[in-house]
Amino acid sequence: MAGQREYYYRRLHSLLGVVPIGIFLVQHLVVNHFAVYGEESFNTAAGFMGNLPFVLLLEIFIIYLPILYHAILGVYIALTANYSVKNYGYFRNWMFALQRITGIITFVFIVWHVWETRVQVGLGNADVDYSLMEGILSSPFMFWFYLIGIVSTVFHFANGLWSFCVSWGITQSAKSQRVLTYITIFVFLAVSYLGVRTIIQFAFGV
Amino acid sequence: MAEHSTVTFIITRQDDPSSDPYEETFNIPYRQNMNVISGLMEIQKNPVNANGEKTTPVMWDMNCLEEVCGACSMVINGTARQSCAALVDTLEQPIRLEPMSTFPVVRDLIVDRERMFDALKQVKAWIPIDGTHDLGPGPRMPEKKRQWAYELSKCMSCGVCLEACPNVNDKSNFIGPAAISQARLFNAHPTGEMNAGDRLEGLMEDGGISGCGNSQNCVQVCPKGIPLTTSIAAMNRATNIQAFKNFFGSDNAH
Repeated sequence: MAGQREYYYRRLHSLLGVVPIGIFLVQHLVVNHFAVYGEESFNTAAGFMGNLPFVLLLEIFIIYLPILYHAILGVYIALTANYSVKNYGYFRNWMFALQRITGIITFVFIVWHVWETRVQVGLGNADVDYSLMEGILSSPFMFWFYLIGIVSTVFHFANGLWSFCVSWGITQSAKSQRVLTYITIFVFLAVSYLGVRTIIQFAFGV
Repeated sequence: MAEHSTVTFIITRQDDPSSDPYEETFNIPYRQNMNVISGLMEIQKNPVNANGEKTTPVMWDMNCLEEVCGACSMVINGTARQSCAALVDTLEQPIRLEPMSTFPVVRDLIVDRERMFDALKQVKAWIPIDGTHDLGPGPRMPEKKRQWAYELSKCMSCGVCLEACPNVNDKSNFIGPAAISQARLFNAHPTGEMNAGDRLEGLMEDGGISGCGNSQNCVQVCPKGIPLTTSIAAMNRATNIQAFKNFFGSDNAH
C-alpha cells in the first residue's frame, strides 16, 4: 500500500488555516480595531496582547509555526495547479484560482508585515504602538500595500473557510455548499471592514 | 445557423505518441443537424485539408454515439465534452478540436485513459464476492439510497471531469473526481459496504482524494450530470472518520 502522508499533510494544512491561523487573524484585526477609538485604546489593547504570559511561546506555536507550514505547503499547492478560468469560467473555478493567487499575495504581505513590525520590535528598533503603524501607513504606497494585503488575506480566510467545510466533509450537499458561499461572502465583507477601517484610521486619522 | 455551406474544423493532430502536435484545418460540406463526429467522418471519407492537400484521415475514438460509452471525449472549442453530443449548429466556428491534454495522446484525437482504470483499482471500485457457492440474495438497499446511487453508476469513465479539473495535471498526482465518486457508489452498496474501509484507504493513499482543490469544474462539465462534488465531500467526510477510526481504534474500521 502506498503511503498516506500526503493525505495527513493536506488535512493538517486545511485545519491550521482555520485553527489557529483564522482565529488569530480575526482576533488580530479585532484588537487592531481599537485604534478607531483612539491612540490610548489601541496602545492599551496592543500592550495587553504584547504582555500576555509566555507570549513568545504563544507566538511560536499559535502563529509562526502554523503559518510557516500553511505557507510552504500552500505555495507548493498553488504551483502544482493549472489555471483554467478562460475555458472553464465557473464561479467556483474563479474562487479556486483566486484562493491560490490571494494566498501568494498574503504570503508576500505577511513576510513584509512581520519584518516591518514584529522583527523590528524584536531587534529593539521599534515599539508596538499607535505611532509605529501611523508612521508606516502615512506613506500612500504602504497604505495601498496594506489594503491589498489585508483584503487578500481576508478573502483567503473566508474562501478557505468554505473549502475547509468541504474538505472536512461538513457541507456535503450542493445546497449546504451554496448557503455556505453566502455566509463566507458575509464573513469576507465583515472582516475586511474591520481591517480596512483600522488602516484608514492609521493613515488618515479618521 | 443553416446559412453555412461549409463547416471549418481546426484540429490538433499528432502522428504518434512521441511526435509533436500540429494543427490542420479542414473545410467540409455542411449538413443539417451535424454533430462533430459526422464532421470527422466526412474528413475520413475525403482527407483533404483546407489547402487542398491530401492528408491522412484524422483518427478519433467512438463507440455508442449516444453519450453513454464515454469513448469520444475531446476538447471542443476549449471545453472537454463528448463529440457525439456536440452539435455543429450550436458551436462557434471555426470548430477547434483537440485531444484531452490530461491523457497521453495515442494519435490525433485518441487518448489513452488507462489512468482512470488505475484509479478504479486504487479505490477497489468493485464488490468482491466469493462465487464458489450460492450465497443467496444479498442484503436489501433502501429505495432512496438506490436512487442517488443509480446516478453515480452512470459514470462512463469518459475523462471529461479529469480534463476540466485544474488539479489533475502532470505536476500533481490527484486521482480525479470519477474514481472518488465510484468509491462512494460501491460503499453505498449494502454488500460493497462490507469492504468500505479498503476503498477509503485507497482514497487516502498518496495521489488520492486529498488533491481536490474544490474548483468544482467536474460537476459542471460531467456529461452524465453526476453530483461529483457531493461525492467528493461525502468521501472527504468518510475518509476523515476512517482516519480517526484508524488512529484511535474502532471495531467498525473494516
